[in-house]
Amino acid sequence: MIMNKTPTLFDMPLTTDVAWCPGCGNFMLQSAVKAALHELAIDPKNLVLVSGIGQAAKAPQYLNVNMFNGLHGRSLPAALGIKLSNRNLVVVVESGDGDMYGEGGNHFIHAIRRNSDITVIVHNNMIYGLTKGQASPTSQRGMATPVQVEGVMLEPFNPLAVALALNAPFIARAYAGDVEATKKIIMQAVRFRGFSIVDVFQPCVVFNKVNTYQWFKENTFYLPESHDALDRASAFGLATAQGKFPLGVLYQSEERAVYEDLIDVSYTPLHQQKPPDDKAFHAMINDYR
Amino acid sequence: MYHYLHDISMVFAGEAGQGLQTVTETLLRILEKSGYNLFSCTEYMSRIRGGCNTTEIRITDNNCTAYLKRIDMLFALSPLSVEHLQSRITNGTLIFAEKSEFTGRWKAEYIDTPFKKFAIETGSPVFANTVAAGTVLGIIGIPIERLTDYLREQFAAKGADIASKNCTAAELGYNFGREKTADKSILLPSQGTNEPAERLLMDGNAALGISAIAAGCNFISSYPMSPGTSLLTFLAAKSKTFGVIVDQAEDEIAAINAGIGASYAGARAVVSTSGGGFALMQEGVSLAGMLETPIVIHIGQRPGPATGLPTRTEQGDLNLALYAGHGDFARAILAPGTLEELIESMQQAFRLAHRFQIPVIVLTDQYLLDAITTIERKSIKRLPFKSSIIKTKADYQRFAFTVNGLSPRGVPGYGEGRVRVDSDEHDENGLITESFAIRRQMVEKRLKRKSALSESALMPSIIGSINEAATVVIAWGSNRGVLEEALDIIGSKKLAGLHFAQLFPLNPKLKPLLEKRKIVVMENNATGQFADLLSLQTGLSIAKRIVKATGEPFSVEEVVHALKTKINHDHE
Repeated sequence: MIMNKTPTLFDMPLTTDVAWCPGCGNFMLQSAVKAALHELAIDPKNLVLVSGIGQAAKAPQYLNVNMFNGLHGRSLPAALGIKLSNRNLVVVVESGDGDMYGEGGNHFIHAIRRNSDITVIVHNNMIYGLTKGQASPTSQRGMATPVQVEGVMLEPFNPLAVALALNAPFIARAYAGDVEATKKIIMQAVRFRGFSIVDVFQPCVVFNKVNTYQWFKENTFYLPESHDALDRASAFGLATAQGKFPLGVLYQSEERAVYEDLIDVSYTPLHQQKPPDDKAFHAMINDYR
Repeated sequence: MYHYLHDISMVFAGEAGQGLQTVTETLLRILEKSGYNLFSCTEYMSRIRGGCNTTEIRITDNNCTAYLKRIDMLFALSPLSVEHLQSRITNGTLIFAEKSEFTGRWKAEYIDTPFKKFAIETGSPVFANTVAAGTVLGIIGIPIERLTDYLREQFAAKGADIASKNCTAAELGYNFGREKTADKSILLPSQGTNEPAERLLMDGNAALGISAIAAGCNFISSYPMSPGTSLLTFLAAKSKTFGVIVDQAEDEIAAINAGIGASYAGARAVVSTSGGGFALMQEGVSLAGMLETPIVIHIGQRPGPATGLPTRTEQGDLNLALYAGHGDFARAILAPGTLEELIESMQQAFRLAHRFQIPVIVLTDQYLLDAITTIERKSIKRLPFKSSIIKTKADYQRFAFTVNGLSPRGVPGYGEGRVRVDSDEHDENGLITESFAIRRQMVEKRLKRKSALSESALMPSIIGSINEAATVVIAWGSNRGVLEEALDIIGSKKLAGLHFAQLFPLNPKLKPLLEKRKIVVMENNATGQFADLLSLQTGLSIAKRIVKATGEPFSVEEVVHALKTKINHDHE
């Protein structure tokens, strides 16, 4: 499925072998990401895409950018290290629901607490694809899988509510089937100064027979224009409400300081720093006279 | 009559929170300024208040840097401490304690020393530490002015009243010390006879931190764990002055992944932990191997398995460091044993990590990190710095095949290229591949650097004269001081020592030093992990292993005993 109609700065050669299944929601999300980055006119040389492991985590492979495809669940620590080393870089994390909310759950919590200027796009298909169809942290109750043979019994992880509880400054949800709307949400997230989270619903056409394109269409709604994204309490109500899932920017606040500012990270990248000269070095060891 | 002409060992013992560190630090500063050779080491319990902690201070003729079991003078600030140290107390030990604090545990031979009584007379029990410092100087006969001058300087900021009360407390203690021991004729070892070189007094923690700064380290991400925390706090204290980014990670997994991310983007990154934390970091060690991204890892060892003895010492994590991480890739392991070697260690680690694009582990331990001694300023080495980062061109390939397996290292945002790295097997561009042909080449690429890495490995330091020696005694890391002193005491030409400050890989030039000699390996673990490694790497057999895993360092006495037993056995 070639979703890429307009060429972008981020295109890979057409011969690139893509490991996603035909019809996968990843393709649509990828189009939205590329189009968003293109419209924001981000210099690919200054962009780093960071991911963990899984089918979603292969996304950076298919964009012509700097890429750190690290370990399962560890995209956020790696992204933090990259951002702190060179804050001029635009750092975007793309990974799946298992990677971000399961294996990397602790990092998700603490990355929000830091509020580094990083954008996180989570491919949320409510299933484990690459390991062949087990429940993910966001799987809905009742779905039978080769492991959850009597159906998923656990409470699904609610990323929006968790992020709100931690006072994440930018929280959005998108549906990959709507490329145009997803693109716009991603553009807002990348433009946002601080830790921005976009949880993106997308179907897994091979393993998730419940949460299909049709299901997502029927079970989501766009937040009305009247939605006040500054109102954390109402956002929490929407994030935890039963029934259809809201799409759009649920919460956005510029009140929290960005981590790089708090710890006073220089705009000179660390790779341009030299070790201290002899004078500074000896001044330090004079403390031990 | 007590004469300590060459070597005095004083031990200060008390509860956590009693201010032992203040007393010993004060004394060390004053003794150092008076020109003595000093060594101090500390053992403490894993608690915040109470229990029993002890610090040994040695004043020696020759520069000795090892833990001595013998106690000449014990300053027991709590009743429990005498029981805790029972095995080290002999008839020759002078015990200074306050009778009123020892209800029911007092013994006639103790010397009733009014630490608290004088302090209260001066105005507050908080001056007890100053009384103790004064008492010590009185006993060993160092002019009181050195202490009072020091106290005035230290307490200058707190006002004249506090400074003057401290001086009064010091004088009370001092006069008591002089009177009480007037009949005991305590003579100090001679002050250093050499030219008065400029000396610095520091512990291993400071030396390691200084080393990281000297290496241009500008990023640390770590989760606190004794005794690895000290590097984190050292760099945090220096972060503003030297532009070091400090992040306290949510766990050790985050710490090493952030460190590798930082290094990918061009930081000179270090992570610090202990064995238990490093166990969590193993996936990151493997990642650094796959991404060919430098990372320096400090492991301050403490006894395991699991939580073990959190505040005590051991050299039990060599095997973990050696085998950590899945898959085949190159690594180096360093194990400094002196302040000089500590100050070189991080510089060496960063050089190796950056030159060979590998993880490099620096193994220390609680004993080494907390031990305090002097170092001459002129023996502090700085290794030259060379950046290994290139500006990329548009066609840049992070994993380009080269003759030696090392690809020029670019970082994102510097040059026209794209820097792409993948934990999956990848091609020269860093993109996922399942080509068996590329896999074969990449495996070779990652391992090719091993021969140059071995050839550049540090050779062990030779202690004594190896040519005549039939037996070599091998130690690594923190056991350098104790081996040097033990060999010196034994004074046999049949024995020589080798101290390894790099444990892996071993230099191929090492084998001739060992061949045709009996090999004795001493190490602070239960099984002889380095002995195994040495035997595996050289094919030579190990004649004897001297091991200890009680949570304490080796004492000079026990190493002397073990080596003498070995020599006698060989002669039978």
